[in-house]
Amino acid sequence: MPLTPDRLPDAYRQMLVIRKFEEAIRALSTQGKIRGSFHPCVGQEATAVGGCWALRPDDYITCTYRGHGQALAKGLSVRAAMAEMLGKATGCSKGKGGSMHFTDPSVGLLGANAIVAAGLPHAAGAALSAQLQKKDLVALSFFGEGAVNQGVFHETLNLAAIWKLPVIFVCENNLYSEMTPSHETTSEVDTCKRATAYNMHAVRIDGNDVELIYATVEDAAARARAGGGPTYIEAMTYRLWGHMMGDPEVYRTKEEVAKAREVEPLVRLGRRLKALGHTDSDLTRLEAEAEAVIADALQFAENSSAPKPEDAFSDVFA
Amino acid sequence: MPTLTYAQALNEALREEMRADPRVFLMGEDIGQHGGVFRVTKDLSAEFGANRVRDTPISEAGFVGLGIGAAMTGMRPVVELLFMDFALVAADQIVNQAAKLRYMAGGAVSVPIVIRAQQGGGRGNGAQHSQSFDSWLVQVPGLIVVAPATPADAKGLLKSAIRAGNPVVFIEHKLLYNTKGEVPDGEYTVPIGKAEVKRVGRDVTIVSYSRTVLFALEAAEQLAEKGIEAEVIDLRTLEPLDMETVLTSIRGTARLLVVHESHANCGLGAEIVARVYEQAPDVLVTPARRLGAKHVPIPVAEPLENAVLPQVEDIAKAVEAMF
Repeated sequence: MPLTPDRLPDAYRQMLVIRKFEEAIRALSTQGKIRGSFHPCVGQEATAVGGCWALRPDDYITCTYRGHGQALAKGLSVRAAMAEMLGKATGCSKGKGGSMHFTDPSVGLLGANAIVAAGLPHAAGAALSAQLQKKDLVALSFFGEGAVNQGVFHETLNLAAIWKLPVIFVCENNLYSEMTPSHETTSEVDTCKRATAYNMHAVRIDGNDVELIYATVEDAAARARAGGGPTYIEAMTYRLWGHMMGDPEVYRTKEEVAKAREVEPLVRLGRRLKALGHTDSDLTRLEAEAEAVIADALQFAENSSAPKPEDAFSDVFA
Repeated sequence: MPTLTYAQALNEALREEMRADPRVFLMGEDIGQHGGVFRVTKDLSAEFGANRVRDTPISEAGFVGLGIGAAMTGMRPVVELLFMDFALVAADQIVNQAAKLRYMAGGAVSVPIVIRAQQGGGRGNGAQHSQSFDSWLVQVPGLIVVAPATPADAKGLLKSAIRAGNPVVFIEHKLLYNTKGEVPDGEYTVPIGKAEVKRVGRDVTIVSYSRTVLFALEAAEQLAEKGIEAEVIDLRTLEPLDMETVLTSIRGTARLLVVHESHANCGLGAEIVARVYEQAPDVLVTPARRLGAKHVPIPVAEPLENAVLPQVEDIAKAVEAMF
């Protein structure tokens, strides 16, 4: 089922929930309420929503430490995500995983990962699992273009190709690997060439166009389910905020960021909705609905109990 | 009871578990038609097909990672590393991933993967094919670490490892594969976390695991001729560690030697000795000793390798010095 125009308001609301989730975390962070690192996905909401919504609820994803948006788009409870950020017992990992390890297998979220490229083989393994169990599930791995220089990226693409695994690799190319422009550290910035070197169908698309991402992933998933093997999608996008909280962003100019804001996913989808006849007040209503979701999650998280010290010693083994 | 080699016993364990549980499948280098360099997977490909006995590229991080993903989604992969030394190229997947994913998810996922590898020296394979990593693997919370010494234990523990529902590093030894021993008929398992007294003795306790258990038993025979009766404990599982069996033994013998092939420096022997002094400070009448590889890489030439790795004579001498 394509992402038809009637579903675009829902997609817009979902992208706003992600955006406002990150804004809420930033505010909490400045209040000193967030432990550890926080790597915002602001500006990359289209890949999350387009990619996850094109999958079935029981399909799998893996994502990265910049994966709040993908986790929420796949169906992770906003309350459980917010509580995890605040280190509460009601968090999706009971306070043991934090920002970089959102996991909820009940919605197919096998986990965000704090090691660059480490989630790719997990997605391929889930795809192998589906293949061996003769289930028509697919697995999708989100990662940044910084991952393409890791060995396990190449190992996984090769394995996925030789075994024709039902896996989709979505590279969110936001131009910066942590705090370094990727073109300075990557011999070939067109990462699709790496995928085609493994005899894999590869396509580079506009990563800020939620409809295009949805259609591309839907196509890849159909190919995977039909036994056609893996697909590599390079989604060109932009990280509107820094690598993490406190990033001084010396590697780019304010002008560059301002220009990117003109074509960021929410602006793009807002324009599209208006072209489809939605009014400013329609968009304002969707924004208010997203704000209400975040307010509810915040209230839930802040009212939740902290884990007990002895809880640190459970959940190591099954 | 039939007599099997260690490799045959492992082969039986894999075959039985694969027959009993369709979720069990194997991945590794040359394990399919070739049957594995050490013959552990001999003929399994013929019975179960290439889908369940998967030859991989030389790509340890990749296929261990795939095993983890498959384990999280309903399968029971048994992944073989050709040499334990290659665990280092998959170290992120073993240490950062397999061991931690469940905990970081607050228990929402489990990773029932078995990672098999043979380790150790004695064959002149050199510094990158002879290492023993047991001592640092047990430092990783979230890994069960098993290191059987006999064919019967190898079979029973591998079956338990596959059923454990958790990440297990299953340590074999390249010079144990052709050793023979009686293996019980029919279905049995050996529990994870239980040591076994392999030889009863009243004068000294020698704690070991993997191949050096055989060395300890040989040393015990030599010592018996001199009137020293050594009790030999085979830990079998290194994490979780069965300290109870060790403590029970030393309450009788009052003397303790720990022997392993991994490097002595900061090794499991040091840990066991430290726990003994913490948990039973007044039991020993002479200071506990430990023997492990000396702190150099493992060399190739026989006199050099023998000088670095603990030998039967080293064990006998260390025990004699306690009296």
